[in-house]
Amino acid sequence: MLLAVLGVALLAPALPLAHPDLTSPADRLKPPFSDGAILGTDHLGRDLLSRLVWGTRLSLAVGVTAALLAAIVGSAIGIVAGYLGGRADHLMMRGVDMLMAFPYILLALAIVAVLGPGLLNALYAVAVVNIPFFARNIRGATVAIAHREFVDAARLTGMSGLRIIGSEILPNVMPVIVIAMSTTVGWMILETAGLSFLGLGSQPPQADLGSMLGEGRKLLITAPHASVVPGVMIFVIVMSVNLLGDGVRDALDPRLRSGALSRPAAATRVERTDTPEMKPTGALLEVEGLRTEFQVGPRVYRAAGGVSFEVAAGECLGIIGESGSGKSVTALSLLGLVASPPGVITAGAVRLNGRDTLSMTGEQLRRVRGGQAACIFQDPLATLHPLHTVGDQMVEAIRAHRPTPRREAREHAVSLLRKVRIPNPAACARSFPHELSGGMRQRVGIALALVNDPDLIVADEPTTALDVTVQAQVLALLDELRRERGLALVFITHDFGVVAQLCDRVAVMYAGRIVETGATQEVLARPRHPYTRRLIACVPEPGRGRRTLDAIPGLPPSLDALPDGCAFAPRCDRAQAACRGGEIALRRDGAHSVRCLFPEGAAT
Amino acid sequence: MHIYILKRVLAVVPVLLGLTVIVFAIMALIPGDPATAILGSYATPENVARLNRDLGLDKPLVQQYFIWLENLLHGDFGRSYSLNRPVLDEVWERFSATLILAGAALVLCTLWGLLIGIWTAARQYGWTDRLLTFVVLIGISVPSFWLGLLLILLFAVELRWLPASGMFAIYGGGDLPDLLRHLILPALTLSVVATGVIARLTRAAMLEMLRQDFIRTARAKGVSERRVLYVHAFKAALVSVMPVIGVQAGFVLGGAVYIETVFQWPGVGRMLVQAISTRDILLVQGGVVVVSACYVLFNLLVDLAQCWLDPRIQT
Repeated sequence: MLLAVLGVALLAPALPLAHPDLTSPADRLKPPFSDGAILGTDHLGRDLLSRLVWGTRLSLAVGVTAALLAAIVGSAIGIVAGYLGGRADHLMMRGVDMLMAFPYILLALAIVAVLGPGLLNALYAVAVVNIPFFARNIRGATVAIAHREFVDAARLTGMSGLRIIGSEILPNVMPVIVIAMSTTVGWMILETAGLSFLGLGSQPPQADLGSMLGEGRKLLITAPHASVVPGVMIFVIVMSVNLLGDGVRDALDPRLRSGALSRPAAATRVERTDTPEMKPTGALLEVEGLRTEFQVGPRVYRAAGGVSFEVAAGECLGIIGESGSGKSVTALSLLGLVASPPGVITAGAVRLNGRDTLSMTGEQLRRVRGGQAACIFQDPLATLHPLHTVGDQMVEAIRAHRPTPRREAREHAVSLLRKVRIPNPAACARSFPHELSGGMRQRVGIALALVNDPDLIVADEPTTALDVTVQAQVLALLDELRRERGLALVFITHDFGVVAQLCDRVAVMYAGRIVETGATQEVLARPRHPYTRRLIACVPEPGRGRRTLDAIPGLPPSLDALPDGCAFAPRCDRAQAACRGGEIALRRDGAHSVRCLFPEGAAT
Repeated sequence: MHIYILKRVLAVVPVLLGLTVIVFAIMALIPGDPATAILGSYATPENVARLNRDLGLDKPLVQQYFIWLENLLHGDFGRSYSLNRPVLDEVWERFSATLILAGAALVLCTLWGLLIGIWTAARQYGWTDRLLTFVVLIGISVPSFWLGLLLILLFAVELRWLPASGMFAIYGGGDLPDLLRHLILPALTLSVVATGVIARLTRAAMLEMLRQDFIRTARAKGVSERRVLYVHAFKAALVSVMPVIGVQAGFVLGGAVYIETVFQWPGVGRMLVQAISTRDILLVQGGVVVVSACYVLFNLLVDLAQCWLDPRIQT
């Protein structure tokens, strides 16, 4: 559409149209579709179609010129300010801020008032008021690259500032300039047309779309077509330019294509191909064959590939693994908290007190979340709402499950804050998360999980962001609460030291699967899977002098291209051909299970 | 908190000063000699020189600025030659009309913009989202002065439901219902573009916030999805939308120039257009200074509201 408009505007002189300024008083105000004038004529009998085409040409030319002018001057200011930095930058940007303190059109009006009405003056005015927009945007982009290596390198070779700007900076900020232009050129066409409409832009007999509209307005009631037609044209132009601008921006913004901007649903999507029949084990939490995938475009990342475990009431299970092993995804899947898109649960079952959370309706799931089962997250600064006080957030959690008077809920919240040993609980309840220290925030996170007296707490690396002494305090607190309240705890961590301190049993995850599980002491003392052994060896033990950290060579496999057989085989020093052959089962040996063909301690 | 508010308020002073400097500088750029303009081309050089001295135009520019500023602070904006009355009286009278119009439009665009933004974010990629996003695109592309004409044609000329122009009926008007009847069309027209801009930004901010970790926490607490959307995500999104509302106030105040012309609304905007045509520079100066100062003060209010909403700002 824009192309058609542009084409007509460019070809205007070659088209077989009546002269746009040719008056013919006899044919005044002919309605559209009359002979010889498809769009009718105006109050001086001039052919509207012809005037429209010429007006479009003029409006486009003026708008685009204004945009170019603003882009050139604004970008120059922005680049120089961003490149020089310091006082020059400060001074220039304050000036720009001053210009922005004016309501947009008013400044243009003031400039036209001084220069006098006229199309060229309107063009200048519109260009000037758009300079700050460019200056700010381009400055931001320039500052971001002004101290990158290639610019410093150019400086060291003795290039002059001007040449660096021309050869190194300008090409790199060009996309920003293009985006800024594509988003503002529509506005500038609109604004110049507006000034003409007010009679401050193009003067008769010269006519752009705005002044045609202004003239048409005087005859609004007798000849509506004279104002409708040019208006439609402006609208069509601006809209197509805006569409184009959106297109340009989308094409240059990588986030949109990756789907990173789509909104996560209330619960993880569940599209199970098979739902395993489960024999009730009587455990509080039973997880069977849980598979969670991230579907990004054509790629499928299998973050959790058939995870099974159970947790009895009052028991603490540690799930341990490197980052990317699928431990957090497993934990979040239990309550449908994996962001979707892109997360999808494709198989398995999660039973809490015998009910499958994955087949619950939204409302059923909501009742379970924060009620029977609560969560503690890793970084409480990001996971607590920044704009609500700690007390309000706890009260909200209470009232989401039990209709409690606000006052009573608040008292309960404060008593829990005291319970987690926050020194001044009443004051803490009135604080915002950013006002508390990291350790205090995590205590708040724990108190928040406790508000509805849950049976199960899923803790996703709750101590990772804390320093060691605070970490120890928080762990002691969790352990105490667990024993006191008979809580079951699923504890996600990458730290065997934490597991040893807190957990009854441990499950080791690698590449989305449990590779070994058993009682903590047993696994720590006699690891059977080579991966577990290496992982334990990574923990420096205090009191045994300096020891070289025994890092595991290689990297975990990519989750969208998992190898057949054992995923650890490529990094394993015990691997044999059979390890890469096919599915390896989790073999049970008493209370200790391992997914390995040649476990540690066995003859190889 | 009080110290922060004080700082914000004090920071407005240099902005207002800078504003007067720019207005003064633009006006000082006017080509031609005012004394000659007043006395006509037959004036003797002595008379021109004397008038220049009387008007203070022989003093250095900086000194002229301070004299002008001092008069401004005393409420003396000079005298409009085309209307033959003090500029401030005229501007003040007109400004109240503009405030009513712009205020109504600002309320409309904030309400609708936020609502549409939330709706579309809540139903991302659904048909409501697609439809409203398209409507919003139309909204930000439509020339407001043309939309005003169309609305007049439809509601005033064809349907005869609402008056086409003015602020009060010529006979028997003057009360509040009459004012509201006259206000509907211009306020609606003026709010359309700003509504679109606010709606787009609200949608983007909501989607951004819905991806944050604290939303996951809210869901993990068992908070209803309604509350997650309308309280948790919306409040956080508002922090980034508020400054945009401040900026839109500028567009609404400026856009009033067109709408007042289209609807014959007796506001500052129409006064400015007329003053430019009659080259009544003092009147233009006064109008621009008052409206711009109002815009600066409104943004101060937005800043303060922002600081009340987001406690992180003060620290």
